[in-house]
Amino acid sequence: MQRKNSYSGKRLFFKNLKITTYISTSICLVALMAIIIEILVDGIPYLSLDLIFGAYNDTPSIFPALIGTLELVFISIVIAGPIGIFTAIFLVEYLDNSSLLVRIIRISIETLAGIPSIVYGLFGYLIFVVSMNMGYSLLGGGLTLAIMILPIIVRSTEESLISVPNELREGSFALGAGKVRTIFKVVLPTASNGIIAAIILAMGRVLSESAVLILTIGMVVNKVPTTLLSSGTSLALDIYYFASYGYPNEAAATSLVLLVLIIILNLAATLVGKLSRRGKTNGK
Amino acid sequence: MVKTFSLKKEKDNLMKGIFFLCASFSIISLVLIIVYLFINGIPFMNKIGFFNFIFGIDWSPISDSPSYGIFQMIVTTIYVTGLSVLFGGVIGVLTAICLYRFMPKKLTNVVMQLINLLAGIPSVIYGLFGLEIIVPFVRDYISPNGVGYGILSSSIVLSVMILPTIVSISYTSLLSVNEMYFEGALALGSSREEAVFKIMVPAAKSGILSGIVLGTGRALGETMAVIMVIGGSPQMPSSLFQSVRTLTSNIAMGATELSGDPLSALVASGVVLFVFAFLLNVSFSFLNKKGGKKNAKKK
Repeated sequence: MQRKNSYSGKRLFFKNLKITTYISTSICLVALMAIIIEILVDGIPYLSLDLIFGAYNDTPSIFPALIGTLELVFISIVIAGPIGIFTAIFLVEYLDNSSLLVRIIRISIETLAGIPSIVYGLFGYLIFVVSMNMGYSLLGGGLTLAIMILPIIVRSTEESLISVPNELREGSFALGAGKVRTIFKVVLPTASNGIIAAIILAMGRVLSESAVLILTIGMVVNKVPTTLLSSGTSLALDIYYFASYGYPNEAAATSLVLLVLIIILNLAATLVGKLSRRGKTNGK
Repeated sequence: MVKTFSLKKEKDNLMKGIFFLCASFSIISLVLIIVYLFINGIPFMNKIGFFNFIFGIDWSPISDSPSYGIFQMIVTTIYVTGLSVLFGGVIGVLTAICLYRFMPKKLTNVVMQLINLLAGIPSVIYGLFGLEIIVPFVRDYISPNGVGYGILSSSIVLSVMILPTIVSISYTSLLSVNEMYFEGALALGSSREEAVFKIMVPAAKSGILSGIVLGTGRALGETMAVIMVIGGSPQMPSSLFQSVRTLTSNIAMGATELSGDPLSALVASGVVLFVFAFLLNVSFSFLNKKGGKKNAKKK
């Protein structure tokens, strides 16, 4: 009897534990809902063409931030895209996995991925704003971001390069193509969808980042940047600025714009990824 | 024939050089970051004394007799990170378990999509959410002294932020546990719940742990979500409901206005943060390696 009691007691304990897992899941969903609803309720009434495209006069506008964000995405992707893809090619196509060089490059990339973004910001501030005397500039911010998104691009590109079947490479070699020709004519086109998805994800990262930019681009919210060297702002920085200087509703509206952009990017990445998978199964 | 062949070879070597150059870019960047931080930070630490800097509790860089102690911010950082990992870890792992076994498969996919959406939200929006919802809520319903800012609010915001990381990594590592364990446990007479909690979860332990470590890294390094809800006074925390400052928010608040010694002090605290993050990173890859080895053995 005693035994049976403890036995069913144990079962009861695990049944209760199971209930806590349901509760936890609901907490996750409630948190997500709270964020979305907060942004929608506060933001939608303030979302206007004037906010998005208007001039920054008495009423705030995010037009300077839109331009600044575009420039930042452009700079960081133009720099980190090719470098990241070429790094991945070097790691996958030229080196075997156990070599010392691969290990050093991998460790550097992993460490770069783990550095807090504010430390990147500090670095960008020291090297671009102070040492190179550029002052606050979108170029400095973009370059810092480029280093920051490099690990994302390298890792995802590596994955899609590895997933290219070896038979394709061997076939190309057998037809007399050299290594470089094989890479550019056979391997890269096969992996292209995965690489494009990686680039899109990296763009999303640039859009969401703000801690780096607060130290490097100056958070000038009311002037449309004219050149890459001028100081400016980004959408994410605008949210911070609006929230801390008494425009919480404008901050919510800006969040809505940013969130929509990020969701579009994520959908695009998923779509491209799906296309690549379909291409592969067709190939087989 | 021979000529074109050697030309091709040359071109191949040239491209290999270019690839190598790009690959070394990440090494160079890392070295550059470390050198810049340490050159600007370490001499300053030496100047005012390593001990005074780390264990000093007075941060007043622009007063007449400036002092640069960051101990209170280290303590705050540890509190905030620890609490958010506690909340986020418990809820995240339980959610992953629920998704893994207790939820209908169709629902699992929907919930996973939603959690991925949560992962894509920029940290500054979490900050806004904290400022507009969590801080007033804590102020009105939880706080004993009417202050909503502080460690508790920051931890709540951060725990929501790191949830997706912990859920998805724990979920993946649970999925990779051999299904035969579950069936074996059922065959030996345990209930489904018992089999999940006593067999499957311990088997996925190292994966779950590495998810938690990764979440810890995110919480430790987060700036923008924290800066909006922590208050910002550089005081020693004596309560969960008090305006304080973490290492990250200290850097973000100060760096744009400072130069000279105060700036070096911030760089030095950046070094401290870097070292923390690096240690977490090392333990993460250690855990990953350990988990990988175990899985390899199983196969």
